Amino acid sequence: MIDARQHYLARYQSMRQRLENLGSGPLRRLRRSAIERLAEVGFPTSKTEEWRFTQLAPLLAQPFEPALPQPADAAALRQILAGFDGVRLVFVDGRFEASASELGGLPRGVIATNLARCFEDGDGLISQLGQHALFKTSAFTALNTALMEDGAVLHIPGEMAVEEPIQLIFVSSSPRAISNPRNLIVLGAGASATVVESYLGGCREPYFTNVVTEVVLEQGARLEHLRLQQEADHGLHVGLLQVSQGQGSSLSSHAFSLGGSLARTEIRTVLAEEGSSCALNGLYMGRAQQHLDNFTSIDHAASHCTSRELYKGVLDDRSSGVFSGRIRVHPDAQKTDASQTNKNLLLSEEAVVDTKPQLEIFADDVKCTHGAAVGQLDDDAIFYLRSRGMAKEDARRLLTYAFARELVELVPLTALKGRIERLVTAKLPAGAALAEAA
Amino acid sequence: MHLLEIRNLHAGVDGKEILRGVDLTVEAGEVHAIMGPNGSGKSTLAQVLAGRETFVVSQGQVLYQGQDLLAMSPEDRAVAGLFLAFQYPVEIPGVGNMYFLRTALNAIRRRRGLEELDAMDFLALAKEKLKLVEMDQKFMNRSVNEGFSGGEKKRNEILQMAVVDPKLAILDETDSGLDIDALRIIANGINSQRRSDRAILLITHYQRLLNYVVPDRVHVMAEGRIVRSGNRQLALELEQRGYAWVDPKAEQAAKGAAV
Repeated sequence: MIDARQHYLARYQSMRQRLENLGSGPLRRLRRSAIERLAEVGFPTSKTEEWRFTQLAPLLAQPFEPALPQPADAAALRQILAGFDGVRLVFVDGRFEASASELGGLPRGVIATNLARCFEDGDGLISQLGQHALFKTSAFTALNTALMEDGAVLHIPGEMAVEEPIQLIFVSSSPRAISNPRNLIVLGAGASATVVESYLGGCREPYFTNVVTEVVLEQGARLEHLRLQQEADHGLHVGLLQVSQGQGSSLSSHAFSLGGSLARTEIRTVLAEEGSSCALNGLYMGRAQQHLDNFTSIDHAASHCTSRELYKGVLDDRSSGVFSGRIRVHPDAQKTDASQTNKNLLLSEEAVVDTKPQLEIFADDVKCTHGAAVGQLDDDAIFYLRSRGMAKEDARRLLTYAFARELVELVPLTALKGRIERLVTAKLPAGAALAEAA
Repeated sequence: MHLLEIRNLHAGVDGKEILRGVDLTVEAGEVHAIMGPNGSGKSTLAQVLAGRETFVVSQGQVLYQGQDLLAMSPEDRAVAGLFLAFQYPVEIPGVGNMYFLRTALNAIRRRRGLEELDAMDFLALAKEKLKLVEMDQKFMNRSVNEGFSGGEKKRNEILQMAVVDPKLAILDETDSGLDIDALRIIANGINSQRRSDRAILLITHYQRLLNYVVPDRVHVMAEGRIVRSGNRQLALELEQRGYAWVDPKAEQAAKGAAV
């Protein structure tokens, strides 16, 4: 058993010179205060309220080493990226891989680049780093901030609508390595875009992805954000999407958590100015002994903001799931309209789920609703389908898909929907292939 | 060989016996009506025949085309041509009615060694069958039974029957809760499905449906057994005299209600 805090502090020390030479003075100070914070608070324990339902021991017991820069295995990479096309930034073990990326076809004025390059060029955008995802309260964000070296940087200028989805693809290939991708996405006033983050693993041994994405939506900006967590079986994943929303901006988040042995996905948004809105949709599907933790936090910090939240879980075998949904309505956030729904389907006797709505309401003129449900497949429905000639396992598979597909249907783009449908279908209980919907 | 032969069937749930020795023989081409008061075991009989595992058969035998029906899974029974129209059709949110029907039909066709129907061919078949129950095509795009009225659900059951083309159709109170227009539509749908190579078992509480769908045989169940069998006249007589005629408990219940 190692002391994870000591382990990562030592790694920082050994890399210190190189890390602190990346970027400018403010960035150095940011790194230093982040590592100091980690030294001070250490990693969450079972007593940490926000991590109550997740045993971090499997993650903290392993001495993951920061991935070293090395040439990517082109053949293996091609195989794992088969089927991806269009605009994409590919990162291997957290480092930008230009040869696998495609940046042609974006409208002029859009910045789509990588963080390491911004460090070199001293790009003004990176002054936003660390301004939204705060490491004070999160050890993993502190770790990411201290060790960050690369990631995607996107800027969509004001009033520009980018139709084609921009894909950020993160591939882990080195066994026992930790990568700390750090992404920054800024949409100017009135801009709109679709960004897809995919997390893939090409590694049969444990590895750890610790990613932070900061998003700034200026006045009236609209972001469709998809997050496809499909790490390899032994992958460990902690990811944060932290969004700051300006006046009248809108965020649609679609978070699919499907892979990994232990995965924690945090989606946090601050509705900082009037009239902004968010829709947080999520689907987590576990089997074998997967543990999938979903944490969402919506801060209604201004009046007349709307939030909608729908998370569903499907848990089979001995897998476990967590949904924690915090909605905080600040004292002057009058006319807040918030609703939250979490539904879970347990497919086996051993599967478990913890669901925890957390509404903190400090304003009086608000509409907040929430509901949570945990259930099994309906025996009546299974019998109904069997009486029509469907085998039992096919009936279970179809009913499970019927439960999950609502989240697939919410994905706005047909091209992406097809891919997500295949990912979701691959996680259904065994049975005959589902016919293409008529 | 009979199409269906039930011999001394006993079945129950949680140790409580509901069927207490049912005997019934049905031939291809016949329409049988099974009537009886509430709690007489009519619906249990239907569920046991379709293979509902909630009910445990403790005694007796059911032969379907000479095969041991009780040894078959519900899906195998469907493949073999048995169909149950549910008294309470199940709502399945997230599964389109068209998708459901096509998947069911193709599951059966595949098992029978027939070619599966693609979406276009199925649509053509569905359109033709929809007419039988005067259903609009828009029902095909909705989730199975979700938000359907009682009458729409029952029509949807008859539609399914027409699509899967069974040898033995058991219609469990398909007439209950229908207004007179819906009853007429359902009855027309059922009559359109009468064939010399198909038997229909109508389970009903009321005589009303039998004015439209005239049965070859009528059976009356009470306390888990068939206590009287006869022709169409039996149903009319039953309507005049009430179930107390065949079931002492129904008489007591009626008196109790009157007091």
